[in-house]
Amino acid sequence: MFDLDRWQEIYHVLSANKLRTFLTAFGVFWGIFMLVIMLGSGNGLQRGVTQNFGDMATNSVFIWTQQTTIPYKGFPRGRRYNFDNDDIVALHNTVPEIKYLAPRLQAGGYMQTNNVIRGLKSGIFTIMGDYPVYNKIDPLNFIKGRFINDLDIREKRKVAVIGTRVVDFLFKKDENPINQYIQVQGVYFQVIGVFQSKRTGEQANQENQNIYLPFTTLQQTYNYGNAVGFFSITAKDDIPVSVVEEKAIRLLKQRHSVAPADDPAVGHFNLKKEFDQMQGLFFGIRLLVWIVGTGTLMAGVIGVSNIMLVVVKERTKEIGIQRALGATPWKVISQIIMESVVMTTFSGYFGLVVGVGLLELINFLLGSTGAGTEMFVHPGIDFSVAITALSILVVCGVIAGLIPARRAVSVKPIDALRYE
Amino acid sequence: MKILEMIRINQIHKSYITGQNSLHVLKGIDLQINAGEMISIMGASGSGKSTLLNILGILDTYDSGEYILDGLLINKLSERKAAQLRNRMLGFVFQSFNLVSFKNAMENVALPLYYQNIPRKKRNIVAMEYLDRMGLKDWAHHLPNELSGGQKQRVAIARALIGKPKVILADEPTGALDSTTSMEVMDILQEVNASGITVIIVTHEHDIALRTKKTIRITDGNITEVVEN
Repeated sequence: MFDLDRWQEIYHVLSANKLRTFLTAFGVFWGIFMLVIMLGSGNGLQRGVTQNFGDMATNSVFIWTQQTTIPYKGFPRGRRYNFDNDDIVALHNTVPEIKYLAPRLQAGGYMQTNNVIRGLKSGIFTIMGDYPVYNKIDPLNFIKGRFINDLDIREKRKVAVIGTRVVDFLFKKDENPINQYIQVQGVYFQVIGVFQSKRTGEQANQENQNIYLPFTTLQQTYNYGNAVGFFSITAKDDIPVSVVEEKAIRLLKQRHSVAPADDPAVGHFNLKKEFDQMQGLFFGIRLLVWIVGTGTLMAGVIGVSNIMLVVVKERTKEIGIQRALGATPWKVISQIIMESVVMTTFSGYFGLVVGVGLLELINFLLGSTGAGTEMFVHPGIDFSVAITALSILVVCGVIAGLIPARRAVSVKPIDALRYE
Repeated sequence: MKILEMIRINQIHKSYITGQNSLHVLKGIDLQINAGEMISIMGASGSGKSTLLNILGILDTYDSGEYILDGLLINKLSERKAAQLRNRMLGFVFQSFNLVSFKNAMENVALPLYYQNIPRKKRNIVAMEYLDRMGLKDWAHHLPNELSGGQKQRVAIARALIGKPKVILADEPTGALDSTTSMEVMDILQEVNASGITVIIVTHEHDIALRTKKTIRITDGNITEVVEN
């Protein structure tokens, strides 16, 4: 492999016409550079959007009530209704495919009046009533304390789990919120946990402003009777959530005297469907990137092949001399292929390095200026992709050198020697 | 002493076909050259003398007949085999020297050994010995364009000799040199011949031909005269 004469010849060939070599190498450089930048950006976009889902179980569906649109069983259209506690039991009993079922209730935060007070400080926050299982559907990062547990639910304890933004509003910097009391819509609750959202950007800000109370406590304290605001449901691992969605909605319609055909009466959001669409979109983007990227790369490689043809033509006589002195065809072919591989690999590697460098710079700037948006997180390419790209380059270099190399040995030695 | 036959050609024919026209260059040449001979081939331009030399050098093929080099029939060889034979059996000296421009004198001389896959260090040592014999030791690290015509040709001869060939083929070796340098080159080629190597020189200069032992004259693709000098 390390053959000084070979490298001397490669150097001679590539440095004989530096501008030409540079322009040819630039074609390959640009191909790899574009591929890396586009793949990295695509990854950044994907990471950004995926992080918006947080650690949420994507096999989930959310179901809530809306106004009915079809008169049914003597009820008029336009009726409002609520899910209730009995639905929880009914759902568990009739839909065995459910893995997690979290009934939820929101109490306030809609109106722009201060609803949470502590001492002289007050703020507007979203108040949610939840079951412990909710933390399994949409997990939170706990900085201090814990989430609501079964005892809280059973004993209807007046405890609250609050987000970091709530802490910032209501507490001093070095104050420990745990075991302190906050007044939520006129009633005192003891803080038992502080969390931080796993999402990014605006969505994280939103979630960090939430206050979670035990579902049963909220229901009783604020006079919701046995009403349930909405259900978050996760399907068992090997079952598509759409099955659960369909069964649950059918059951809920039946239990609340909603016409089976009255689709607008039950609001629902299938996270899985949304997620799959997103995945499809990103697959499409990646496919496009590879097509465009490899296309650009191919253009560069064809450029290399062309230049190698010119080089071989220019060096016809030199190659003729070498063959007269006993260079075997293989020696000549391998030399030309190696020149081509060196050119593509070097320029391609350079493109890879510059591309990754630029992505890292963008990363650094996003981080240091705090300009990180929720749509673009940590652009970059996998190591395996880089290795793949390099292997493609070596293969392309071989292919690019093959035609010129064959051309070089297809001439009779004497014709090559006579060539002027 | 038993005389060894180095080259035998029987009824060699060679035509060049260019489009519709066929040019019959060699019209049935018979030739026998013994080991250790020094022969000049003379003839006018287009007589076929260079074509004959190229066939002898396995740089070109022939259409019909027989070419036996040191007991080996040279016909329809693979290019790989031909390259190996050129490397081991033959040494070339050209009119335009044909040194590799980016290699210095020593590396040029060492080139045939490179194709024998001899390690760089070892072949450079051998190359230095041959350059020394040519009186060019001090010029070993100069590139060809820093050498005079005579020096270049001596480098080329050293390169032709380094593979310890049985036959040296020289195509107008003095064609690009002045008369003094030409004589020096001929001195060297005579020394080479004296060491037992067969030397075949194509030339159109009489005084060059006179310094060989035998002159073969080719006219229109046939051998018309063989003169012992």
